Amino acid sequence: MALEVPSELEKEIDDRITHYPVSRRSAVLPVLHALQHHFGFISEDSVEWAAAKLELEPIKVLEVVTFYPGFRQSAPGKYHIRVCRTLSCAMAGSYELMDSICKKAEIDRSGVTHHDPIAVSNDGKFSIEFAECLASCGTGPVCLVEDDFHEAVTDVDALLSQYK
Amino acid sequence: MSDEKPDLVDVQIDGEWHQFPKGTRMIEACRQASVEVPHYCYHPKLTSPGNCRMCLVEMGMPPRPHPGEATPEADENGHLPISWMPRPVIACANTVAPNMGIRTNSELTEDCREGVMELLLANHPLDCPICDQAGECTLQEFSVEHGQGESHFREQKVKKPKNVDVGPRIRLDDERCIMCSRCVRFTDEIADDPVLGFTDRGSHTVLTVYPGKELANNYSLNTVDICPVGALTSNDFRFQMRVWFMKEVKTIDVNCATGSNITVYQREGQIYRITPRQNNDVNSDWMPDSHRLNFHWINGEDRLTDPMVKEGNSHRITSWQEALATTADKLAGIEGSEIAVIASASMTNEELLMVNRLVKHLNVGHVDTVPREGENDNYLVAADRNPNTNGVKLVLGLDNPGSQLDAIKKGIKEGRIKALLCLQENLVDDAGFDGETLDKLDFFLTAHPIANPTADFADVVLPGGCWAEKSGTMINVAGRLQRLNKVIDGPGQTLEPWEVVRDLIQVTGGGNGIYSALDIFKQLTEEISEFSGLTWGRIGDLGLPLIETGKTIPLLEREKERITQGLIVG
Repeated sequence: MALEVPSELEKEIDDRITHYPVSRRSAVLPVLHALQHHFGFISEDSVEWAAAKLELEPIKVLEVVTFYPGFRQSAPGKYHIRVCRTLSCAMAGSYELMDSICKKAEIDRSGVTHHDPIAVSNDGKFSIEFAECLASCGTGPVCLVEDDFHEAVTDVDALLSQYK
Repeated sequence: MSDEKPDLVDVQIDGEWHQFPKGTRMIEACRQASVEVPHYCYHPKLTSPGNCRMCLVEMGMPPRPHPGEATPEADENGHLPISWMPRPVIACANTVAPNMGIRTNSELTEDCREGVMELLLANHPLDCPICDQAGECTLQEFSVEHGQGESHFREQKVKKPKNVDVGPRIRLDDERCIMCSRCVRFTDEIADDPVLGFTDRGSHTVLTVYPGKELANNYSLNTVDICPVGALTSNDFRFQMRVWFMKEVKTIDVNCATGSNITVYQREGQIYRITPRQNNDVNSDWMPDSHRLNFHWINGEDRLTDPMVKEGNSHRITSWQEALATTADKLAGIEGSEIAVIASASMTNEELLMVNRLVKHLNVGHVDTVPREGENDNYLVAADRNPNTNGVKLVLGLDNPGSQLDAIKKGIKEGRIKALLCLQENLVDDAGFDGETLDKLDFFLTAHPIANPTADFADVVLPGGCWAEKSGTMINVAGRLQRLNKVIDGPGQTLEPWEVVRDLIQVTGGGNGIYSALDIFKQLTEEISEFSGLTWGRIGDLGLPLIETGKTIPLLEREKERITQGLIVG
């Protein structure tokens, strides 16, 4: 197995699995979250590591990974941006926001598909994808940069300059 | 099962009352009542996820009275009135209950089926004209019976992967897939090789083989059989023949002692496909790929088509009359004790009885068959790769088949054995005979379907039909008597092996009143007590237990276990 999981992370994962005494399989989501939080995305090695950990076939883990858009299968940039495109934000200009962030951060979204929704900037600093409702419909357009929530985003320069 | 009668419950199906054991699935109850419930994902040998929704039926139970309301009165047969539920239920995963009502032909049920069909077809490519499944596709069939003929759907269909290599023998068309998950469950539950799954669940759900792996286990082609649509197709069969042009013959597999029940599909003397045939006492619904695909040689180039006699260093094609006359001439000067017969455990009981007659008639000194041992795969492939070793023991009377081969070789080398009759065997490739030994014989005859290396050394070479070209019975590893049925005629002047042996007896002065393999079976029933009272008709398509061997078939034992656990219907 090529994946090197630090012992602290493995300890945390083992602990999370104990929360599901009836079926180890049920722990697949928390395990994947922990792996993505640490590595930034779920690699093939992560899928196989998680499968071995949970005593599952790798295909069963891959099914879960590909179901949730929240699990990334490719590496994001240093800062990952999620732009809301659900109705209120879309009407408030989320598509324009997406375009201006991409322009400013030099991100090419032409390769984005249903199965590969993330685009990364040339310098690897930013990555971006559309997300569904981020639960602030009154203050659109909104976006998440890593875990920071930004509302009524109009000044893209100011937004991006906060991240070095 | 104990002797106790199982608890029976009264169930009304489409207005008629029936009785079923408690715990019977609604879909099985309907089947037992000869009412078809269309379904895709349900398979009695697999767990029931209930995901296709095609088996939705209207269901009802006796009304539960409000407090103070009178309890409903039973009719003269003890049946309570049924109060129908407003929503349908799936028949595959629910079990019958006392006084339950099921409607499979009501307006609600019909509506459900139409709706499910419309949704299943929304993204289906409808490429039936070039689809191998056409003609045996349940999506086609149910579309005729339960579809609407038109769709509300006007949008672009979802594009998915096509012509995907999921394994060495199987191709996948994801656009045709209706996500019933039968193949996923088969690889998981039966083949213990869970490499298939659904990824990108949602409107783009695709059946996927895990990256870097392939669906390559020896049972993979069973997924093609259980695929209700044309999503999984066999590389070997795809685009070879439309299914409606082929004739089906029920027979048994001869690649090992299990004797899996099979259906052989032929057209104009050519075999195109073999599929397993359900027999819960032999092979369940499955068969190994290795056995299923071992038939192309039957229509191959190296088949023997005519009798031949040796002239100098080569063989000359001749008639049966001349070949048999030559045999009679040569054998006339040789004592019975100087003759050896090596028959085959791939011969039917009928053929083996004829061999027995030949042995007695010529007073043959040495008789044996060639054993074939391999690994028991712990599923359906038996360690004994001969299909009728039990027949050899019972009919030919050999206690330890194969034990005489070395003595026969030695006898030939020492000149004590002067003639050898090899019936349906390949002594050079399979029994360790070499040309030097065989050349020592005064007379060597071989009958076989193929021009094999053994035939090179034979004075007389006879074309004996292969398993698909003959009828008879065999006894499998568990002692079950099963019928082998003729699928096609042998090429050229090929005769069925029983005819070959009969002619050998006749030409050497023996009498017989044998006109068909069935005549021989009648003699078997008279001479061997185990067969007494039997007819081919009584053996039927599924065979009968004949003798006790103490051997079981591993896959069946596991299925029985799963039935006991209630995981599958069986």
